[in-house]
Amino acid sequence: MVTASDAATALLSVRDLSIRYGDKVALQGVELEVRPHEIFGIIGPATAGKTSFLRALNRMDQFVPGMRVGGSVMFAGREVRHIRNQYALRRHIGVVFPLPVGLPLSIYDNVALAPRLAGRATKSELDEIVERCLRRAALWDEVKDRLKSLGSLLSGGQQQRLTIARALSQDPELLLLDEFSIAVDPVTTMRIEEVLKELRAELTIVLVTNLVQQARRLSDRIAFFLGGRCVEIAKTEDLFGGAAKDQRTVDYLEGRFG
Amino acid sequence: MTEPAPGFGATPLEGRNNAIQQGVKLLFGLMTVVLVLPVIAILGTLVYEGGPALTLGFFLDMPRNGMTEGGIFPALIGTIWLTAGALVVAVPLGIAAAIYLSEYAPDTMLTRTINLAIINLAGVPSIVHALFGVGAFVYFLRFGTSILAASCTLAVMTLPVVIVATRESLQAVPRAFREACWSLGATRWQTIARIVLPNSGSGILTGIILVVSRAVGETAPIMFTGAAFFVPFLPQGVFDQTMALSLHLYNVSTQVNLGEGHKHLPFAVALTLILVVLAMNALAIFFRMRLRGRKRW
Repeated sequence: MVTASDAATALLSVRDLSIRYGDKVALQGVELEVRPHEIFGIIGPATAGKTSFLRALNRMDQFVPGMRVGGSVMFAGREVRHIRNQYALRRHIGVVFPLPVGLPLSIYDNVALAPRLAGRATKSELDEIVERCLRRAALWDEVKDRLKSLGSLLSGGQQQRLTIARALSQDPELLLLDEFSIAVDPVTTMRIEEVLKELRAELTIVLVTNLVQQARRLSDRIAFFLGGRCVEIAKTEDLFGGAAKDQRTVDYLEGRFG
Repeated sequence: MTEPAPGFGATPLEGRNNAIQQGVKLLFGLMTVVLVLPVIAILGTLVYEGGPALTLGFFLDMPRNGMTEGGIFPALIGTIWLTAGALVVAVPLGIAAAIYLSEYAPDTMLTRTINLAIINLAGVPSIVHALFGVGAFVYFLRFGTSILAASCTLAVMTLPVVIVATRESLQAVPRAFREACWSLGATRWQTIARIVLPNSGSGILTGIILVVSRAVGETAPIMFTGAAFFVPFLPQGVFDQTMALSLHLYNVSTQVNLGEGHKHLPFAVALTLILVVLAMNALAIFFRMRLRGRKRW
């Protein structure tokens, strides 16, 4: 049950969200809040609707033919569908994809791209943004001597950290991560997890992951998605402390299906 | 070991497969040779018959004595005018249309039909384009028989090449790059300008150079729309008629009574034409290698 105070303090508030692709329903009846400075984990098997959920948050449905979003998504007190400038909305929401996407630009330009497109920032400001974001993504020390080389030719783990640095380049309030570790080695995964824990002081994170243990390590609260529905939302310690209410959640956490 | 280990000898079936494989390889190799032979024969004949006539004077002289002597200067200049004109019209139009079709247009019946129409346009015989050019540019738009009308006709004929080449190279840029760019708050156009176009340059360039090759060589589309049998002066503007290499080759081969000692003239013109096309193709290969040489992702 949602109380008024919950809605008031939530950074992200989703009501009766449904997503369809043509005739196919990918997600329906999702209700949840994400509070400021928490890491909100979303777990669930493939086709649970996790990625579609993320797409709806920053209105990427604009770019997906046939994708229809119903219901309400409130971000920072605004209904996202009514925000006139969808581009401004996306500047407030950073996104990290399952496969690392180093754009075929220099490392520097990868991070500087968004501030440049937004039309602000002088050269010295850009220098400062690039260094700060690369440091926050734990990549600075590895690339500081070759900022002019192509970001798309870095190793997978480095590219994923570059993607995170790029997502941070506009100081977003919300960071969406979609299974960031599936193409990344375990050491890099651990480094990124440390980065995320530190980032929590500055922003809010929605973490979609296939790895139940990763969600457990990082999340404050976890939502379990299954077959296009949000089955259960609970505090991480409750969920793993045996307080899961739904039998399907228990089964998934214990690896009994999927 | 001197003998193969037991179990590694060829069974009868494997032996037969091996023989078939060798036979197929030989057969297809021979076919490739057969394919290359005419190319060598054509080039060889042209170089042998026309090569000695290719002097600087041949390129820079006006035709003389009813086009049976002298050089090809006005035809060469005319071809440059026509080709440049075709490029000026076809390239911006084609690239813009390709960007729209690849990056903006929704996938509907209409856009699919348009795509199909573009591909079919490439298969329309050039003489049909010529008639269209006469109707549309010479008469309807009142360009008269002129460089402008001929260039526009060539442009219409080569547009599908530009569109298809551009669209393919745009679509070779992974969608993930676009999504990453969009998610940063970039508009479609910013994404195209910053990420998509800079990484599809080599394909677009290839399309442009293919246009040049075709525009240089085509005869039918220009002979009714702007190219003339003989013009004793160089074109002064786009509303002038002009001579052109391809039509000039047709004329000196079939329409002019060449005296003894001038039989090399058509070969020399043909060789010039081929050299221009080959030079363009070489340029295309050079640019593509420069652009593709560096791995981008």
